[in-house]
Amino acid sequence: MKKKLIASLVTAIGVIVPAMAQDKSDADIAAYRAALQDGNPAELWELKGESLWKTKRGSKNQSLETCDLGKGPGKLDGAYAELPRYFADTGKVMDLEARLIHCMETIQGWDTKPYFNKGAFKSKGPGSDIAAIATFVAAQSNGKKFNIDLNHPATKSTFKVGEQLFWRRSGPFDFSCATCHSEDSKRIRLQGLPNLLKAEGAASGVATWPAYRVSQSEVRTLQHRMWDCYWQMRHPDVQYTSEAVTALLTYLVGTGNGTEIKSPYIKR
Amino acid sequence: MKTYKIALIAACAATLAACSSTDKQSADVYQAAEKAVASSFQNMQPGWDKRLVQDQSQKMCTAARDKPSKAEGEFIEKLNQSFKVQYPADGKLIGDWKKGESIAQNGYGMRVGDNNPSRENGGNCYACHQIQKKELSFGTMGPTLAGYGKVRGNSDAIVKYTYDKIYNAQAFSACSNMPRFGHNGILSPTQISHLVALLLDPKSPVNQ
Repeated sequence: MKKKLIASLVTAIGVIVPAMAQDKSDADIAAYRAALQDGNPAELWELKGESLWKTKRGSKNQSLETCDLGKGPGKLDGAYAELPRYFADTGKVMDLEARLIHCMETIQGWDTKPYFNKGAFKSKGPGSDIAAIATFVAAQSNGKKFNIDLNHPATKSTFKVGEQLFWRRSGPFDFSCATCHSEDSKRIRLQGLPNLLKAEGAASGVATWPAYRVSQSEVRTLQHRMWDCYWQMRHPDVQYTSEAVTALLTYLVGTGNGTEIKSPYIKR
Repeated sequence: MKTYKIALIAACAATLAACSSTDKQSADVYQAAEKAVASSFQNMQPGWDKRLVQDQSQKMCTAARDKPSKAEGEFIEKLNQSFKVQYPADGKLIGDWKKGESIAQNGYGMRVGDNNPSRENGGNCYACHQIQKKELSFGTMGPTLAGYGKVRGNSDAIVKYTYDKIYNAQAFSACSNMPRFGHNGILSPTQISHLVALLLDPKSPVNQ
């Protein structure tokens, strides 16, 4: 599979590099993505995630199979499509990764400290397994449409806070999320920027995670994507599963409600 | 009347009440978002807590969703014009366009992990602007700058405007997406003079 991927990459790069003319580049990038989609290494993360989900671990020696992601204990089909959502047992709006951390702590008695302070983004060691579990869960919503409940008062107010954070400019560069993601057809260098104010922009920007990042040789999740944007914005590290990230994800997924999830995906 | 209006806008920016552009940003939502910001960032390096605190321009642009009313826009521009602009010690506003090109290409600096004291911050101008046409990897967030000096010439007024604009874009265009490179200490006065040269020096490839 890896060989096939490399062959696809070489073909794609061969197509794309000589043809930098502006009118052609969008079509070329689409061809490059299509080539990448054939043989996605994220499938390895998905398989690993399935095994982690079913394995008895932690101080309580339990699997995650009784974890309730909102549709009932162990019900994974379409669960990711309805996250973030309000959970009565914690009294909080939680996204997939926050809920997974919660299940690992309460069901498995797992020490979740290593997931924080960027532990969840490492390629090895404690904390590095969460991307695999998230990929496995999200894959059970592949092809389904985002459908988070914005009528719930808690989700609704979290959405509003996320919207405010989306526009909140700060730091030495004066950036907000909106600086790069509030207009159609803009680019940073050659990279197209989704307009996250619109459902179709949210579809390409939000519904395509977790994704294998070719440039990083890792599967990345929406939590990582939010951290990465704040990093580029010259902010301090935004904490894993923090209130700000939950609010932003509620806003972004809520804006993308009704758009189809393509997960796991593959990206540059 | 004018003084009154400006005072009202200032009051509105301070209290987030009684002005049209804050309609979208209710006080409750504002407070909840500020609380989320206060609890959500970590690994703070010395002084980085200040990065999370909004100055008045940032607050007003956030409230206006980057589309300030005419009066708000004038207020923000005047406020930014009131900030001191530092010029290079030798007084030369046109530096070396070759150094300017490398500053325009370089996106290094001020992120978590950008800790190499021997590396200068970049301006990363190509991320958003077309500059010299030979460089095909350019962004489209800002207008094209190809031929910038050819069109405008390099009178003292144009040189000063160009320098001041890079130094603090919001002194000319309220809520601009462009970072205030000098005002916020991203680039030094000498580095800004090199960017001015890239745009205005007749020998710069931008003007060929």
